[in-house]
Parts: sequence; structure tokens; C-alpha cells
Amino acid sequence: MEDSSTTHKNKKPSFFRRFKDQAFYQAMIWPSVILMILFNFIPMYGLIIAFKNYTVLDTIGGAPWVGFEYFQEFFKDPLFWTVMKNTFGIAFFKMLIGFPGAIMLAVLINEVANVHFKKFVQTISYLPHFLSWVILGGMVIMWLSDTGFLNSLLMDLKVISKPIEFMADPNKYWAIAVLSDFWKEVGWGTILYLASMTAIDPSLYEAAKIDGATKWQQIIHITIPGIRQMIALNLILSIGGLLGSNLDQTLVLQNSLNYASSEVLNSYVFKMGIKQGNFSYATAVGIFVSVVSLILIVLSRWGTRKISDKSVF
Amino acid sequence: MRKTKEEKIFNFVNLVFMVFFTIIIAFPLINIVALSFNDPLDALKGGIFLWPRKFTFESYSTVLENHAIYLAFIVSVSKTIVGIVLHTFVTAITAYALTREDLIGRKWFEIMGILTMFVNGGMIPTFLVFKSYGLLNNFWVYILPVLFSFYDVIIMMNFFRGIPRSLEESAEIDGATPFTVFAKIIIPLSLPVIATIALYHGVYQWNDYMTANIYVNNENLFPLQQLLYKIVSENLSPTVATGTAVVRQTTSQSMQLATMVITTIPVVAVYPFLQKYFVSGLTLGAVKK
Repeated sequence: MEDSSTTHKNKKPSFFRRFKDQAFYQAMIWPSVILMILFNFIPMYGLIIAFKNYTVLDTIGGAPWVGFEYFQEFFKDPLFWTVMKNTFGIAFFKMLIGFPGAIMLAVLINEVANVHFKKFVQTISYLPHFLSWVILGGMVIMWLSDTGFLNSLLMDLKVISKPIEFMADPNKYWAIAVLSDFWKEVGWGTILYLASMTAIDPSLYEAAKIDGATKWQQIIHITIPGIRQMIALNLILSIGGLLGSNLDQTLVLQNSLNYASSEVLNSYVFKMGIKQGNFSYATAVGIFVSVVSLILIVLSRWGTRKISDKSVF
Repeated sequence: MRKTKEEKIFNFVNLVFMVFFTIIIAFPLINIVALSFNDPLDALKGGIFLWPRKFTFESYSTVLENHAIYLAFIVSVSKTIVGIVLHTFVTAITAYALTREDLIGRKWFEIMGILTMFVNGGMIPTFLVFKSYGLLNNFWVYILPVLFSFYDVIIMMNFFRGIPRSLEESAEIDGATPFTVFAKIIIPLSLPVIATIALYHGVYQWNDYMTANIYVNNENLFPLQQLLYKIVSENLSPTVATGTAVVRQTTSQSMQLATMVITTIPVVAVYPFLQKYFVSGLTLGAVKK
């Protein structure tokens, strides 16, 4: 005969009973839930001011709706094309040299035979990543000033007769932004590649050597395919972050003389919103940045699926 | 196995390249330190590379006479320490709660967390909302908004999941409360991941100037980085507003140099410790997803 008390025991305890039993764990999670609501979700609700005419006197909910007015205003703004050109141009060139640059550097560091020297190179190359753009921007400005290192070196070598105004020349800003970013991040960019290279089976290299493969062939046919997944992952991550990551750098390196080629979407949002108080307009520009970033992420996922799922090599 | 000639050439070229690369990265940093110890007027002549030519502490003593730098240093240290302690604590308790499979609402908490990784209010709505919380010109604006990071929670959660469940169970049989299990078993076993989160957050707190730039205009609340940003962007310190253009330029430049070095020292000092956790910090989170 079935014992009724056991079936009773198997029944799920009541919600309150279960909640009481796990009160300790619930108490651990709720601080974060409150933090998320206060600092992530309520600001998301604030995005609606892009479609409203918000002034400091209004509340976010109470401001009058204006539809897409601020988006239209931005698209008609004469600065729109300047800002778009700078944002995409600088991001494109950063990616163009930074992405393959990190892969190549990782391959070469991986080939360093001496363990201590390898470690030393890694230690030095990761360091700039941990210094802020304020420090590195200040350094760049100093190196490129009239009396700075680069100008005095070029003058000593008689390449130029008077100092080049690097920071004041809009035509040089893109190169400065791209190269200084490369200098700061290329070493750090190798870290995940190097980590995944350690997972490659060493017997593959041995076998290749016996078959007479050159170093170059080993790199192309063993090392690169071995880190294919990581390349795809990094590509998605860096494309998604393309438009968002340069505010720190821009604000430090920007000045009134190179403004025409240094103003990017994020610094424009900062200026219009925080400095000038055009909150609704700046939010609309911000949403535009997010939408473009989202499109880029979706496109890059679609594109890299080929690399990560099937072999292209 | 014997090395082929091709291999030897490759290794040699690679070695030369690595030496060259290391110099390119390290030289500017060393040069800044050398310049900061050089006489400011003498430095204008150029030609200073790895070592100062006319050695002086002048730049440092000028900077250290400035009251603002002490205040900024205190703000930077406080926000870094308070940030590390609170952020690591919040991350640990959240991650531990999420390892309970039967936690009521667990799915919802995870969906919320993932949302925070991909969507945000953007600069301006966030600014307005924080303003309504009274966070403008408030020390807590450095701490509270970054207390919770789902990315860090994932890293810690994955580590906790690697701890054998039997350890907790046997303690529970011995009558340990959930708190004892967490504090006496889980935390001591998780020191590597705790160090990873703490160090990364510490570096973030130390380096961040954008928060101060957006939310703080009270100079007494500036961290070092924001003070330096002001010096760099204005390239004119308020204490040396007199004198000829050259003197003004050299003085502000030497102040900038000294401040840069002072600001960098703590990061370089923790860097060797940080290094142990580079890969764990990145891969624990990235690979598991």
C-alpha cells in the first residue's frame, strides 16, 4: 500500500517555504538587483528624452513628445558628415592596422625560443594598456610639441629646418590617433591569441618539421588555424566596440586647432549634452551611435560565422 | 631535433624585431621619467633620452608644493580602496547566490544581468538620472554605478562552480550555516579569482578620469587623473599664471611630467602582481560564454 505521507513529502513545498529556506541566498542577490535597476535600467528609460523636448525644468516623463525631430536635426547638421567621417575613418584605420598587427605580433612572440626573453617582451608590451589615456595623451602631446622629442630628433638629423606643428595640424590628427592607439593596445591584443596558442598540440609542429615544413608554412598551416576561433571572437568584440571606445583618447588629444578632424560621435555627444546642455539632441545622437554599433555587431557575427564554424584555411 | 638554416635565420630576425619592438614600447615611458628629473629649461634643448642631463627634483618639489595634488591623491586612493572592497564584495555575493540552481528568480536575474552587458542608457540619460539621485559632485558617483558588473559576476560564478559541491555538503551535514560555508569554505578557496577582480577594478578606479570629467566639477573631489587631465588640456596650472610665456610653458610642462610620473607609480607598482592574473581575468569570462 502506498504511504500517503511520502507522496505528501514529494510535493513541492510552498513558495514562501522555499523562499524562507533560501533567504540567505536571496539576501545575497538583491543588492545587485537594486543596483541594476538604479544604475542600468532607470537610465535606459531615460533614453526616451531623445524623442522629447527635454529641458532642465522638465522631468523625464513630463517633457513634451517631439518624435524624430532631434534625429532629423542631427542628420541636417553641417557637422554630421564631419563627425561621421572622423568616427568611421579613425575606427577603420585603427582596426586595419590594430587587428592584423596583434595577430602578427602574437605569432612572432610565440616563436621566441628563450622563455625568459619571451616573458620580458610580454611584460613590456602589456604595460601601456594599464596606463590611462591622460598619461599617454600627455606623453604624446609632449613628444610632438615644437620642442618635443620628435621635432628635435628630426631637426638634429637635418630632415626639417623648423618644427612641425603636429598637434595643431588637422591633417595629422588621424595618424596620431591611430598610431598612438596602436602603440598602447597592440601588446595587450596578443594576450588571448598567445593563451590559445599554448593549447595547440606540439606534435603538429614536430610532424611538420619532419616533413620539411618551413617556419612560414608552420605559421600559416598550424598556428593561425589553431587560433581561428579566437580571431573570430576578437573580430566580433572589436567591431562592436569600434564606435564607443575612443572618448578618453579623443578628449585628451583634441584641441581647437585639430577639431575638424578629431571630433567623433562620442565627443560630440559629450560636448552637446554635458557641456552645452542640449540633452535631447545629444541623446538622439547617442541612440544613433548605438543603432549603428548594433548593426555592425550583427553584420560581423554573420560574417565571422563562416570563419568559426567551417575552415576557410 | 637539429635546427635548419632557415629556422636559424628566422629566429635571428625575430629576435632583432623583438628587441626593436620592446624599445619602441619602453623608450617613451623611460624618456618621460628622465625628463621629469631634468632641469625644465635645459630640457628644451632636447637630446635627453634615458637619463636626465641636469638632474633636479625641482619639478617634483613644485608639484608637491601644490595643495591640490595631495587632495587628489587622497581622493584617488580612497576611491580605489573603497571601490575594490565594495565591488569585490558585491560581485562575490551575487555570483555565489547565482550558483544555487534552485534560487527563486534565478533565470530573471540572469536575463537582467545579460541585458546590462549589451544595453545601456548612454551618456546623457545616465547623467540626468544620476543628477536626480544627487550624485553630481558626490564622492559616491565613483563607486556606486560600477559596483555591479555582470561580466565580473560571470568570471566569479564560473570559478565558484569549479569548487566541488561535496565540500559544502559535508560542512552542511556538520551543521554549518550558509554564512559559515560561504565565509569559511568558498571565500578562502576563491582567493585567485577574488584577486583578479580586485586588481582589475583597482586599475579601473585608479585610471578613470571620465567619471570625474562628466559628473564632478568640484576641484576638491578630483582624483589625480582628472587633475592631470586639467593640467594637460589647459597646459597651464593655476599656480603659475604669471611670468613670461617660455617660463610658463616650461613650468607647466615640468609640472605635467612630474604629475604623470606620480600618477603612474601605483599602477607600475601593482603591475607585477597583476600579471599573474592577466589571462585568468580574460579567459575565465570570455571562453565560458
